[in-house]
Amino acid sequence: MLERDVVSAELKQAHARVPVAPVRVRGAGASLARALLWLTLLLLLATVVALWLGYAPISLAALRTDEAARALFFRLRLPRVLLAGMVGGSLAMVGAGLQALFRNPLAEPLTLGVSGGGALGASVAIALGAGAKVAGVPFVFLAAFAGAGAAVVVVYRLARTGAVVLPGALLLAGVVLNFVAASGVVLIQYFADYSRALQILRWTIGSLDVVGFDLVWRMALFLVPGWAVLLWMARDLHLIAVDEETAASLGVNVRRSERLVYAASSLIVGVTVAVGGTIGFVGLIVPHAIRLLFGEDVRVLLPCSFLLGAAFLMLADLVARTALGTGELPVGAITALAGGPVFLWLLRRQQRLAAM
Amino acid sequence: MRTTSAPGTVLLAARGLHFAYAAGLPEVVCDASLALRRGTLAALIGANGSGKSSLIRLLAGLFTPTRGEVRFDGVPLHAVEARVRARRIAYVPQATASVFPLTALEVVLTGRSPYTTRFRFENEHDLRVAHDALAAVDAAHLAARSVTELSGGERQLVALARALAQEPDCLLLDEPSAALDLKHRAGLLRHLRRLRDERGMTALVVTHDLQLLDPAFDEVFAMRGGAVVAAGPPADVLRDEVLADVYADEHVRARQAFGRTFVWSE
Repeated sequence: MLERDVVSAELKQAHARVPVAPVRVRGAGASLARALLWLTLLLLLATVVALWLGYAPISLAALRTDEAARALFFRLRLPRVLLAGMVGGSLAMVGAGLQALFRNPLAEPLTLGVSGGGALGASVAIALGAGAKVAGVPFVFLAAFAGAGAAVVVVYRLARTGAVVLPGALLLAGVVLNFVAASGVVLIQYFADYSRALQILRWTIGSLDVVGFDLVWRMALFLVPGWAVLLWMARDLHLIAVDEETAASLGVNVRRSERLVYAASSLIVGVTVAVGGTIGFVGLIVPHAIRLLFGEDVRVLLPCSFLLGAAFLMLADLVARTALGTGELPVGAITALAGGPVFLWLLRRQQRLAAM
Repeated sequence: MRTTSAPGTVLLAARGLHFAYAAGLPEVVCDASLALRRGTLAALIGANGSGKSSLIRLLAGLFTPTRGEVRFDGVPLHAVEARVRARRIAYVPQATASVFPLTALEVVLTGRSPYTTRFRFENEHDLRVAHDALAAVDAAHLAARSVTELSGGERQLVALARALAQEPDCLLLDEPSAALDLKHRAGLLRHLRRLRDERGMTALVVTHDLQLLDPAFDEVFAMRGGAVVAAGPPADVLRDEVLADVYADEHVRARQAFGRTFVWSE
């Protein structure tokens, strides 16, 4: 008998002996309200810090008097911080949603190959001419959306056998898809003309560099419906995360939920990838931090991941644009540096659970 | 839609059900009919692949039959909205192994979802129902434990409590005791009998545990080749010639002793 078993046997005996007092558990509604309050405060704090600090810190006095400081603040820093918040919140919420849908704690846009698919789509669009619009919509958005959507369908088809989604196959399919997409991007870059190749290169490194609000608003037009769908599906996702068949017996239309979450996730990831490049692991780190802080309820997890994700990427981007003094680090490198170890830790914890 | 029909009347009825997983695939349920009376504890038995799990999913409304009809309390099941159905019929799958460490109480609370709206969380009443459901299966002490840490038997109790939190008229359980040891099998059966006796609960249980059927169950349905080929009180179904036919095995023996029926294959 292993030591662990002895301990758990003793625990069970202790449970049997001691009459357990009725557990007072706070309802999920109250815990959501508390979590949202704290995270909103955190997000405000992060926003202020991210706006204030930078290559040149901006003081309130300068904003009132200095025309150049005002231009810097409103044309560059404010849109950039807003963009970081939107992208970070989006990726974190999609990560939480995909984890619930696939019942896989390691799922997120990058590990499932959704970001890779979006990146390939976006590269094609840039190589063909980035400025093109279809009915006022940047072509690069549509192409990235299509790429991300195709990736979701491929990964899911590969991993799903009958009623079960194999967790290992899901992640492997995602990794392979990322490789294929990455080599596709390289090939496109190789054959594209010089200026466009440079454009793709700059974009693949991933940056939240933005001038003015134009792009931010255009993105919001696509992201807001995606966010709304995910939040609308929160309860169904919570039930599916516990058990798919039980969810169906409780009245959830599982197939419809799947399709809606795929569509919303592809849209969100496609658009964020088209604008900011591949920024990985936000959808992994943030939801797991929320789980540790506020528990497993997906109805709590989704909105909270959004707020924390927004704060997280604002701060990661702050590091990206200030760490070198002059010049910029790609923000994707910073999130990956933080996220890689988290992924490995989760993988190890999951294996221990499976071994038990 | 809740009506109060008298005990002993038919609560859940299947007539001429056919089902295949996809067009072109062989039918797994083929002309199956049964009538489950209110307040009875019934068992669904049969060889592996005889269509038991598919039939119970059809009865739960999880699958739609290609032909035939399921009626619940006189109303065609397909005409009932899924959430409304979930307030009357609760289904417990073979095994539920959540990968996320939710607490047992959180899992049981999911049984309240047919009563809450999309953006309203469970209230005090729902919490009380969930606690009572756990207490009803002697699992109140598990409430705050993470379901990933529970044993198979404990998880099955939590799943049963979740089903009870739906406050259903009818429980449908797919091999609930498959992964349980002797003691926990008997314990689960005791809970089901108590629910029948104290609350008039109707339950249909898919099982391979032929030893436990007589005298604990009121009725046994036996399936072969996708159809229900025998139905009746345990003593009538658990007979050499019936079981030989059901399991396509002439070595099956059923003998009565100590007021129960023992079944084995030579």
